Amino acid sequence: MSSVDQNQTLMTQDGVPLKVSLKRSQRRSKMRAFMLVFPLLAFIFISFIVPIGSLFTRSVDDTLVNEVLPLTFEELKNWDGQDVPGEPMFAAMFMDLKNADKIQIGRVSTRMNYEKSGWKSLLKKTSRKMKNIDGPPYKEQMLKIHKRWGKVEFWQSLTAMKDPYTLGYYLNSVDLKYGYNKSIEQQPEKRQVYNLLWKRTLLVSLLVTVFCLLLGYPVAHLLATLPLSKSNLLMICVLIPFWTSLLVRIVSWMVMLQQEGVVNDTLVAFGLPEEWRLPMMYNFTGTLIVMTQILLPFMILPIYSVMKTIPPSYMRAAQNLGATPTLAFLRVYMPQTLPGIGAGSILVFIVAIGYYITPELVGGKDGRLIGNFIAFHMQNTLNWGLAAAMGVILLAGILILYWLYDKIVGIDNMKMG
Amino acid sequence: MGSSGPFVRYENVQKSYDGETLVVKNLNLDIAKGEFVTMLGPSGSGKTTCLMMLAGFETATHGDIMLDGKPINNIPPHKRGIGMVFQNYALFPHMTVNENLAFPLSVRKMGKADTEEKVRRALDMVQMGQFGDRRPGQLSGGQQQRVALARALVFEPELVLMDEPLGALDKQLREHMQYEIKHIHESLGVTVVYVTHDQSEALTMSNRIAVFDDGIIQQLADPVTLYEKPENSFVAQFIGENNKLSGTVGAISKGVTTVDLGKHGSIKAAAVNVSKGDKTTVSLRPERIEFSSKKPAASKPSLPAKVLELIYLGDHIRCRLDVAGNDEFIVKVPNSSLSADLKPGVKGHVSWKTEDCRALDFVG
Repeated sequence: MSSVDQNQTLMTQDGVPLKVSLKRSQRRSKMRAFMLVFPLLAFIFISFIVPIGSLFTRSVDDTLVNEVLPLTFEELKNWDGQDVPGEPMFAAMFMDLKNADKIQIGRVSTRMNYEKSGWKSLLKKTSRKMKNIDGPPYKEQMLKIHKRWGKVEFWQSLTAMKDPYTLGYYLNSVDLKYGYNKSIEQQPEKRQVYNLLWKRTLLVSLLVTVFCLLLGYPVAHLLATLPLSKSNLLMICVLIPFWTSLLVRIVSWMVMLQQEGVVNDTLVAFGLPEEWRLPMMYNFTGTLIVMTQILLPFMILPIYSVMKTIPPSYMRAAQNLGATPTLAFLRVYMPQTLPGIGAGSILVFIVAIGYYITPELVGGKDGRLIGNFIAFHMQNTLNWGLAAAMGVILLAGILILYWLYDKIVGIDNMKMG
Repeated sequence: MGSSGPFVRYENVQKSYDGETLVVKNLNLDIAKGEFVTMLGPSGSGKTTCLMMLAGFETATHGDIMLDGKPINNIPPHKRGIGMVFQNYALFPHMTVNENLAFPLSVRKMGKADTEEKVRRALDMVQMGQFGDRRPGQLSGGQQQRVALARALVFEPELVLMDEPLGALDKQLREHMQYEIKHIHESLGVTVVYVTHDQSEALTMSNRIAVFDDGIIQQLADPVTLYEKPENSFVAQFIGENNKLSGTVGAISKGVTTVDLGKHGSIKAAAVNVSKGDKTTVSLRPERIEFSSKKPAASKPSLPAKVLELIYLGDHIRCRLDVAGNDEFIVKVPNSSLSADLKPGVKGHVSWKTEDCRALDFVG
């Protein structure tokens, strides 16, 4: 009888290696499985991976300027950056502008304006009057068109754009900017807005998460422990706002919270002096209250689903072993709900950090968050590079948070429902 | 110390959940210190409720529960100092075995060294010493059961409650654990109140068994009495196997009566809580009956029988017979005394001793 040799490959009865045979037999089902997930895979790729990729490229892309003004940037390498450059640089700039069409110059001037405001009108005026220049020397004639050509700061700002990639948008989103030759410096005081915004966004997200946890945990506990008929009713109360249109909810909050709103009227009716009406709308407080209410179900549901799986016998056992109900709760029940708390908190935090519509409608001036500014740059200033950079920072922040969560709690422990 | 009185006392305890039906109807039960008492009964008989009232997780609707002479109705569970093994063990999944065992000690603010020593001893007692660092989820059912037992005992309670602790184990392990619990009870001398629906478990371990049905204790006795001398049909039926014959009680003298089985004749039986003229169900244990093809002596009570079916079970043969119109009449024949003429279709007689035949209350 032949005994199977350890290092000999196993064969099927008709001599095909077992591994090959196994692969062959599984090929069909693997293909079928792949075909089934293919539509979703394609959808995710087109609608998720590609946009995120393009978001990322846009946030660092700086090729446009280099393509439109190639001669200028070539000449820039020979410049010492001290004084207004000489004739060759002006000649290069002139030739570049002459070769470019109007639309390109418009786009380039917008980009250059981010580095140094004033570029836009400078280029516009120059390109309009360029036909008056009929030959070298260019320096004097261009200086005649616009005296900014004689200011060294404008030439210096070009050095920030010399590479086909830039971190300028990222610097801008944290109140920094490029100085001469890509040295990093602070934005001037009056242009610093984003650091405050990031801090406010973080603060709002954290506070909303904490409030959601404080308000949602007892509700989840009730949901998990009440008899079925009552818990169903409570569940509906939790879910109905969840199913209601976001706008409807926000507008009802406006009715509730404004100066002449239900809450203030009630307080006044109970004796609050008229002039003490609380400002709860169009500010930080408004954003906080409304976001907490809107995001509450995201906290309640994961915690509830975890609590549902904890048999009451644990609490009983803990008390039987001598723990007071409070101690039993803290040491036995609560630790077991941590996966739910983690999932709920991370969910609420992630949704809150990129929230847009609520702060837009009820936030007023000091309740706006980073999301509102991303939209602002997308829609109003058309500075997509900056919007993309802020988006990428948000995404990175969330990924870091996720990573931390995995390190500390473990993603396997997360229960979404 | 109320050392003279019973250690645990249920006094006229009633319990209702909805105010309409009583789950426990007037329970009176005394348990002595060091005793192993089992509450046995089918599900819904109120036995677990009784246990939960003792542990403090349910409140008695009426009546008093006394522990060591003091009423405990108003003492919260965590101050009762009663150990308990739960049906599904209720080991805390986020703690290791050691932490689980240290839990009752740490809430009692015991020192670290003492705690470690007690935990180690408790784990050694159930032979789980090397599993201290595992989580409950990493243990098998039997191991979890041992840990649960150790945890209920580690803080040295005088009373330990067990709520069907072996229900989730397979048969062999369950039998093994029965002996182990019994031995631990004997060596520690703790009082144990044990709830189960498994009658063999109850017979194996208990000093006394309270058979519950319908919220009432049907009989409270030691295992031998319970099996040999059931006081009513429910107990006879619930503990062990039982053959039933229906009839009418005749004249009773010295506790023995003649039961009229109608057209099947009459038999002598011990009269238990019945009086003349009552309808009765006569109870006969299958292993106390002999079958023979010849008619036995007239002094021995007997009835004609016909063999219907034989089932070979190794150590004994279950023999289904038709006796007095009951075709579910079972006789257990020991393997060693199996005779060749015991075959389906054979006619003969079944006989027994008068004291093994008990005329009990009638069940339809």
